Amino acid sequence: MAELFTLFITAVLINNIVLTRFLGLCPFMGVSRKTSSALGMGGAVTFVIFGASMFTYALYHLVLNKYGLQYMDLITFILVIASFVQFTEMIIKKYSPALYKSLGVFLPLITTNCAVLYVALDNIKQGFDLIETIVYSLAVPIGFTLVLYLFSAIRERLDLSDVPAPFKGNAIAMVVAAIMALAFGGLAGLV
Amino acid sequence: MNKLDNFKAGFIKENPVFALYLGLCSVLAISTTLNNAVGMGVAVIIVLTVSNVIISAIRKVTPSEIRIPVYIVVIATLVKIVEMLIQAYATDLYGTLGIFIPLIVVNCIILGRAEAFASKNNMLDSLIDGIGMGLGYTFGLIILSAIRQILATGILNFSNPFTSEMMFEVRLIPADYVISLFSTPAGAFLTFAMIAGALEAYKSKASKKVKEVK
Repeated sequence: MAELFTLFITAVLINNIVLTRFLGLCPFMGVSRKTSSALGMGGAVTFVIFGASMFTYALYHLVLNKYGLQYMDLITFILVIASFVQFTEMIIKKYSPALYKSLGVFLPLITTNCAVLYVALDNIKQGFDLIETIVYSLAVPIGFTLVLYLFSAIRERLDLSDVPAPFKGNAIAMVVAAIMALAFGGLAGLV
Repeated sequence: MNKLDNFKAGFIKENPVFALYLGLCSVLAISTTLNNAVGMGVAVIIVLTVSNVIISAIRKVTPSEIRIPVYIVVIATLVKIVEMLIQAYATDLYGTLGIFIPLIVVNCIILGRAEAFASKNNMLDSLIDGIGMGLGYTFGLIILSAIRQILATGILNFSNPFTSEMMFEVRLIPADYVISLFSTPAGAFLTFAMIAGALEAYKSKASKKVKEVK
């Protein structure tokens, strides 16, 4: 149990997917202008990462590993992820048209969110068992949502401040990300 | 617009990394040393060029409803081949790039160029576009890596990825004055922000000049 808790905290805070692994940066820069869309994106990514990881984990251990097709992992995983994203998109479109509109083009782009493929591949590479896979594939997107939410709150405030002209937009957001990465670096001694 | 302009735009004005913010994940993560940058750059150029050519070749027989899954399968296959080649022939590079090689599949540049360019143009143009965009990406990666490596370690070096033999090594900053912050994630974000800001300032200055001339 303690090990699982350590795994969880490490994935959420210490090895945060965005700030120390640099994954999922596209939606991190793209949908972080408003806190509400940041939370919506976080929810969608959590659903996709968890669902796709479960699916790819089963696929790898029940099919690919059994028949010696390990080299097919990339191709099958990406197809599973793409279908899962399409599925999520359909659900959101049906039940929350407002959220669908505010996420816009970034929703289908979850397919190319490297965090999703990373978690699916990492579960296999680290040799996790089923329970560890469940914990890890929940912890990573929770860390993503946490950072995305904090970042969007800072950016809402940033819109009102006087930024040097060349840094307007994404460049100043990168500076903010750098300071956040420094702050998260301070948590490294936690475990 | 002629072909050469297309080719040159990818380097500075429409640099995929600093101006279009594409493929950021791998850029920030592996830009700690020059070796990583060159290795990753070459891998991306190969995948991007070959995928552009293949996708352009099959563009007429691909139904447009399922084109994205088709592109992804083509790209994933190429990436897997490149990954296996790197693992076999450049083991050190494979060790340092690690999980970022398979993640080339989800590098937005490759799918972006497939959708925006290769699916509409002939094979030769797609080949040129792939090489140009790939070089622009590598160029951005090398600049970022060189700055970070020099500031963080004071040394700039490059070793042969196949034999791990050191090809050159220069110390530019004395060991007492290096800033190790630049090898951490915070340093990556900060360096990137500075370069993007500088590029933006250069572009607005250039466009002002054009206006004055008119």
